[in-house]
Amino acid sequence: MALLQRRRMRDRDAMIYGVLLILALAFPATVLYATGSSALISQAGHAGTFVLLAIGLNVVVGFAGLLDLGYAAFFAIGAYTYALFASSQLDSSPLHHSFHLPFWLMIFVGMFVAAAAGVILGFPTLRLRGDYLAIVTLGFGEIVPQLSYNLPQWTGGINAIGGIDSPSLPAWITGPWAGANNIAIIRPDVCPVLGSSTKFAPCFSFGFDPIAFYVLIVIMIIGAVILVGNLHRSRLGRAWMAIREDEVAAAAMGINTVTTKLLAFAIGASFSGFAGAYYGASFGLVSPDQFLFLVSVTVLVMVVLGGMGSIAGVIVGALVIYFVLNSILPQLPSTVESLANTFGLNSLNVQNGDWPGLAQETQRVSFLVYGLILVLMMLLRPQGIFPSRVREQELKHAAVQEDEAAVEAAHAG
Amino acid sequence: MSPPDLGFFIICALAIIGLAYEAFTQPTAFVQVSIFGLADGAMYALVALGYTMVYGIIELINFAHGDVFTMGAYIGTAILGFFSFNENSFTAINLVALLVVFPVVMLVMGAINIGIERIAYRPLRNAPRLAPLITAIGMSFVLEGVMFLWHGPATVHVPDLLPHGPGFQTTIGGVFIGFKDVFVVVTAAILVTLLAIFINRTRLGKAMRATAQDRDAAQLMGIDINRTIAATFFIGALLAGAGGMIWGLYYNNIFYNLGFRTGLVAFTAAVFGGIGNIPGAAIGGVLIGLIAAYSDSYIGSKWTEVVIFGILIGVLVFRPTGLLGMRVPEK
Repeated sequence: MALLQRRRMRDRDAMIYGVLLILALAFPATVLYATGSSALISQAGHAGTFVLLAIGLNVVVGFAGLLDLGYAAFFAIGAYTYALFASSQLDSSPLHHSFHLPFWLMIFVGMFVAAAAGVILGFPTLRLRGDYLAIVTLGFGEIVPQLSYNLPQWTGGINAIGGIDSPSLPAWITGPWAGANNIAIIRPDVCPVLGSSTKFAPCFSFGFDPIAFYVLIVIMIIGAVILVGNLHRSRLGRAWMAIREDEVAAAAMGINTVTTKLLAFAIGASFSGFAGAYYGASFGLVSPDQFLFLVSVTVLVMVVLGGMGSIAGVIVGALVIYFVLNSILPQLPSTVESLANTFGLNSLNVQNGDWPGLAQETQRVSFLVYGLILVLMMLLRPQGIFPSRVREQELKHAAVQEDEAAVEAAHAG
Repeated sequence: MSPPDLGFFIICALAIIGLAYEAFTQPTAFVQVSIFGLADGAMYALVALGYTMVYGIIELINFAHGDVFTMGAYIGTAILGFFSFNENSFTAINLVALLVVFPVVMLVMGAINIGIERIAYRPLRNAPRLAPLITAIGMSFVLEGVMFLWHGPATVHVPDLLPHGPGFQTTIGGVFIGFKDVFVVVTAAILVTLLAIFINRTRLGKAMRATAQDRDAAQLMGIDINRTIAATFFIGALLAGAGGMIWGLYYNNIFYNLGFRTGLVAFTAAVFGGIGNIPGAAIGGVLIGLIAAYSDSYIGSKWTEVVIFGILIGVLVFRPTGLLGMRVPEK
């Protein structure tokens, strides 16, 4: 019975992965044919960053049960690590010399720097009880953007670091996408020989084609899912879950709780740094405004909403929240305005005295709506959309075993 | 003395030596900065008390608390709209307006906070720990959203009702002291004293202390847990609402997300004093206000946030129980 349920559960995750993979593969071609522009693909690449962040935070919050409220700080560390060493920013710094290191190297450097920051921050605090870690990370998450505001000679401060290098494939990789004469792998007619067309054509080059970044982030997410899935099933993953369920019992079973928690924290931070380096490269601009508390909260909400501990659930949660935040809420004003026009309430759309007009008013409401969504989601489904059923199964299984043991004891008596 | 304690004392000693140097070389400026810091600190203390009480009783970082504080100032400003007071000189109407607005704002905020607890926290009392935290953040966004909807992104002017200008200020040895500074500190001190009496002398206060110590045992002793927790939120919001109103009357400018930063600073104060510890929160608030003022004038105001959150991390690393916290941290 339990085996059957476990298989059904695995089928559910496999189904989610399958659907997501098909959607991810079909998305660029569909969008290009339907809209003729790659703006949506660029946005999907951005959404992918958040999926990667959510997968990483899930290791910390979902697997090990540690609360991290400053996850954006590690994201910032990764992004700044890449931005500083892959732009002309350091020319104007006291160093007077800029570096242009390759993306493929720096993405791993960013990952290690973020992980190191996680270890330095986590080592003294992980000995303490859970809530203190939340508070320390909250403080850290506030300090990192402030440092970047306050050190403009290094980080550009409020003016941000712009002109960040795009990744480029090494010359020895040959194929239809290499070289100057790009060949589109999606749609041949939109990518003719460069220079012969004035049309801004999407071609597979990181310089100006969002599809390249889209492909990169999809590959990165697939890699992350495989990696985290394996970690979850490994000895370390079981140790994390033991600590999450009962730290004292886990320590009694011989698990080194400090090292294990530190590993979860550092691995989570490394994902954030990795995503940060990608984000810097794909956005081309890194400013302290992009790493505020709201980002940490958003990623945490993605994890909790998707279902803590469930990788497939977290990916869905990230996509849903990203869609709500970046598509539904910004479009709400114009939608409401046109709705009012349809119903003949045009007068509502005009500014009048204290009334700023319906579109403006709706825009003001959107923040409130996001808050209400958070509250309602938690009240209606605190375990998330697709909760980790493994955990439920474990609990159920334990209860059954206890019952059986009681029955056996009764028979023996 | 263990190494963490030693580290803590070294940092404290360095800070005190630096301040002593400033106090010795420029005593007037130092006292002036201290007075501003004291006034700020009194307001932080009022907010910090709400954080520490709620954390003490249900172990929740109530992110909405900072916005309850701001909401108090917004509602107070709206109530003041009914009075035909005079901003330029202190009249009897100003006094009546002040005497009316404080109790009304406090009660309204108390009622709102009870509503927030009822809607967003009580249904999740047995849910995973993260769930009420997310609803707290959600309620914070909702309150900020309501204030944004109400007055938009611009700053809102709070009437300058308190006596000010010549006749209500004095200069002692080059140090400027206004009536406002005295008012803020005295009002906060009265409220904190009332709270201390309430917690230590009344039945409900005793119930709160019992619930904070051991909820199950308190329930077995016949204490209505839900009522006690609601009362905690009510009292926390009384103080935060009064704090918001005082802040508005002191600075005369408020904006919709003022509560975010103020809330984080006040929360730091609560942690600094020892989270869950009521006198600790009051002392922590005053100290954080002073530290912020010293940092503003001796280090530079752009570094103040870094200093405050650095203290937050430092306290938790070196002395996790806070200044007054006696509880041994659990593993």
